[in-house]
Amino acid sequence: MKTIQYIGIGLFILSLLIFTAILGVGHNELKSDNLGITNDYHRAAIITAANESGVLDKAQNPLASVASIKSILNKAAERLDEQNAMGRPDGVAEWDFRMGSWKIEEYTNTIVSNTASGPVQDNPWLFFFLTFGLAIIGGLLFILPKFSEHAGIKHNGIYHNSLTRGLKFNVKMAFLIPAIIGTIVYGFLKLQNLFWPLVTLGLALLISYLVFYRQNSKDNTPQRHSCPVNTGWLGVIAGVYLIGFYILLYWAPAYINNWVAMVSPVSEMISGNKASRWFLYGLMYTVIVIVMGIRMLTKYRHNKYQRVRTYSVMFFQTAFAFLIPEILVKLNQPWFDFKNIWPLDYDFFFSYNIKELSTSGGLGIFMLVWGIILTIVGVPLITYFFGKRWYCSWVCGCGGLAETMGDPFRQLSDKSLRAWKYERFIIHGVLLAAVIMTTLVLYHYFTGKTNLLGLNSENVKSWYGFLIGAGFSGVVGTGFYPIMGNRVWCRFGCPLAAYLGLVQKFKSRFRITTNGGQCISCGNCSTYCEMGIDVRSYAQKGQDIVRSSCVGCGVCAAVCPRGVLRLENGSEDVGTRTAELRTVHITEDQIQVLS
Amino acid sequence: MSHVVIIGNGISGVTAARWIRKLSDHRITIISSESDHFFSRTALMYIYMGHMRYEDTKPYEDWFWKKNRIDLVKDHVSSIDFDKKQLSCQSGNEMHYDKLILALGSKSNKFGWPGQDLKGVGGLYSLQDLEQMEAYSPNLKRAVIVGGGLIGIEMAEMFHSRHIPVTMLVREASYWNNILPPEESEMISQHIKDNDIDLRLGVNLGEIKDDGNGTAKSVIVKETGEEIECGYVGLTAGVSPNVGWLKETGLDIGRGIKVNVHLETSIKDVYAIGDCAEQSQTQPGRRPVEAIWYTGRMMGETVAYNICGKPVSYDPGLWFNSAKFIDIEYQVYGEVPSKLPDDMKTLFWKHADGDKSIRINYDSNTSVVRGFNLLGIRYRHEVCEKWILDKTPIESVLTNLGMANFDPEFFKEYEQELVNIYNQQENKNIQLKTKRGLSKVLSFFK
Repeated sequence: MKTIQYIGIGLFILSLLIFTAILGVGHNELKSDNLGITNDYHRAAIITAANESGVLDKAQNPLASVASIKSILNKAAERLDEQNAMGRPDGVAEWDFRMGSWKIEEYTNTIVSNTASGPVQDNPWLFFFLTFGLAIIGGLLFILPKFSEHAGIKHNGIYHNSLTRGLKFNVKMAFLIPAIIGTIVYGFLKLQNLFWPLVTLGLALLISYLVFYRQNSKDNTPQRHSCPVNTGWLGVIAGVYLIGFYILLYWAPAYINNWVAMVSPVSEMISGNKASRWFLYGLMYTVIVIVMGIRMLTKYRHNKYQRVRTYSVMFFQTAFAFLIPEILVKLNQPWFDFKNIWPLDYDFFFSYNIKELSTSGGLGIFMLVWGIILTIVGVPLITYFFGKRWYCSWVCGCGGLAETMGDPFRQLSDKSLRAWKYERFIIHGVLLAAVIMTTLVLYHYFTGKTNLLGLNSENVKSWYGFLIGAGFSGVVGTGFYPIMGNRVWCRFGCPLAAYLGLVQKFKSRFRITTNGGQCISCGNCSTYCEMGIDVRSYAQKGQDIVRSSCVGCGVCAAVCPRGVLRLENGSEDVGTRTAELRTVHITEDQIQVLS
Repeated sequence: MSHVVIIGNGISGVTAARWIRKLSDHRITIISSESDHFFSRTALMYIYMGHMRYEDTKPYEDWFWKKNRIDLVKDHVSSIDFDKKQLSCQSGNEMHYDKLILALGSKSNKFGWPGQDLKGVGGLYSLQDLEQMEAYSPNLKRAVIVGGGLIGIEMAEMFHSRHIPVTMLVREASYWNNILPPEESEMISQHIKDNDIDLRLGVNLGEIKDDGNGTAKSVIVKETGEEIECGYVGLTAGVSPNVGWLKETGLDIGRGIKVNVHLETSIKDVYAIGDCAEQSQTQPGRRPVEAIWYTGRMMGETVAYNICGKPVSYDPGLWFNSAKFIDIEYQVYGEVPSKLPDDMKTLFWKHADGDKSIRINYDSNTSVVRGFNLLGIRYRHEVCEKWILDKTPIESVLTNLGMANFDPEFFKEYEQELVNIYNQQENKNIQLKTKRGLSKVLSFFK
């Protein structure tokens, strides 16, 4: 059995190595007829620039070619600017003639993808098998034998394992601080706008000030050794790899052209279109949720709540997030994820989306109405009855990934009071930012004016998309799984989680019930709470738990060795049962402290 | 403002300190030589198994103590001068107290076995015990555990989690059958064997053999004379109050430190709580010394009221306890004796898998419900307690039995099977009316 599992790990590592290596396989050769640029002025300028640089009709390594193509495009853009200054041909609009910076980015991807050739392009299915195929086979060989073990809690050795043990405080900070500063600096370079990066930095400092000095957290420093004594270096490697993957995916997609080319036949099978990087991402995401979902099923097969919940996230990811949108595209309908809800789906109210949906016939209108109703009626109503878990740990894609691929890392969430204080400022700040941005966007849509109270809707939109949409939810949200746990985004950043959480906190029947005086303060519940809730602090006092951040994954109840916790719906007595100081058993006439 | 000194930072001592702080402005000092901060002793096994780190077993963050003005002193109290109200510590420091709370805990029992003090022999009670187990674990070929109580099975599970073969020597004919009824005891014995633990029933430890360097190398089974090679011997034959060092001080000591209902010892301004306390008066069905988490916590709370001028009698209420036997959870409420007395009837259901069971005891004369015993199923503490205290007839309990169920959502409910067994056993036709769910429970408590 062990042997099979080792073979599985071996195959998985092999697939990962192949996956990484194929980025540098094959070559890019720019020819006058293979650029895929339809604008004649642009194409001519690019060919001239390529010729001058001496790369025309020359094969280049795909990774090296990205920089060279970028420099050619810059030269071409300069030349067009010069020609424009001298006078462009009659009847041609300036922006059809000149090449703006966003065009350069688009063309980089287009040219890289059109001029690439090599083994991956020749045999996409072979490489698909060597990467996705081997990874799935390897993963399953590792996971499936676990079905033969005894059912029950499977946490042996988690803190002895280099991948799941977590990082020492200093190493963790060596990820966190560069991630924050790097994102802000890169955002400035990318968007050429200093205002919003400075505002973000200012807000970060303000939040720290409020946490430390207004909420008296200065004296309440969490023990630094709440991080492990030895850093888990496999965790560091996994973190670096994941962060690297997200940076390439969001901000340097030209480098991952071979991955996209490899999955293109799959996309063509489903929707008839060539793959985009978002198809690649969706496919990987779905495969990971399914394979790691099977792992979750082996781990919690004694617990039906966990099984049903895992089937649910596997289903919603596969059907709603992946297949249905692609099939819609095949049927000439807009790409639409029916379970994505504003403000997590932050571009739902962007003008291009409203325009696309409102001009796509009956189904498009339905999608538009559906999205609005989910936000305004669906979220509060369903959350009232079941708590935010109906979305966060049953339906949501981010939650689905966190509950499957992220499960091995759930114990790494920070349980300190200080972390909770940061959490409340940041997540509600993001919700506020999403509301402000959407207000500006809708104001722009309905009035045609881009400025409201001095805020430019286009700038706010692109900064939000960069900082929250890509940086926070992707690079930090998933890249930080092995560093700060599997719910960094859901806990600190997701505006929808904040919205659901407000409903859950103030108007919901959901709570976690504590079973009388049975708690032994062991701390399994807190340790395995992915949202960093110190469940034990409530359970040991006999308090029921109503916390806005709780996603209702039910793992605290599952790992409790004394059967103390239960997720329940019912609000009648929530006010008294969540009160502090419910005490244990003392009978004395004058003192009413009986439970 | 007087100075309250608490010796021991386990659950009893710490609960006392927290409640004294809530109720008063006394100066509070906790002295312990075991650890800098309070940690949950019940979680020691999870540290070894890699489920948690030591840090995760601390119920309060380290800044909590300063913020609540509870002084922590890491030292070992070597002697107490009760007349002068003075403590002497190993470091040479002395400390005056106005009120003293002894929360000294337990120590593992040793019954004079030859070789019991060798290296590589230990119990599982303190952080130091855990460190010793950890030190002997690398390259350990086999561990032998002597004693079959709750700590014995925990220790077996710990070694098992690291794939270290374990032999358990248990005096009884079936695991923990002096506490558990025979059916449950048999289920747990089977569960232990199913986990590939070498369970030897009805045997005693003869002696522990020395490898020549003062370390244990094997044990001899008394009955058979068999020698079992091992690198570690766990002694888990129960615990007893850690009071030996106070024997000649004038403090009234029996098995533990004798206390009255207000948890006062024979010496004024000295209190004893938790594992080390022996109640002079006990309520029916309770033992004078109860070394369990919950009673320690209740005593800590009670003593705080007494020290802060609000006299309260210690009343542990209805008996309850819980444990986990490898993968099987255990809960008990009320009276569940291992041998059924004449005035008690029992209703027992067991799942075909052998890992779940429900037992309800009721009075054979009045048919009032008296106790619940659960394996692999969770029941609500407060519901079971109310039924028993209200002297609810068994048939009324069975009609509403779903109300007690505390298993997670979607779990199968087995109450109907229990009702069927009752109907068959008593030739009745009781219908199960209430299913699992919170709403019914809430109206039950109104």
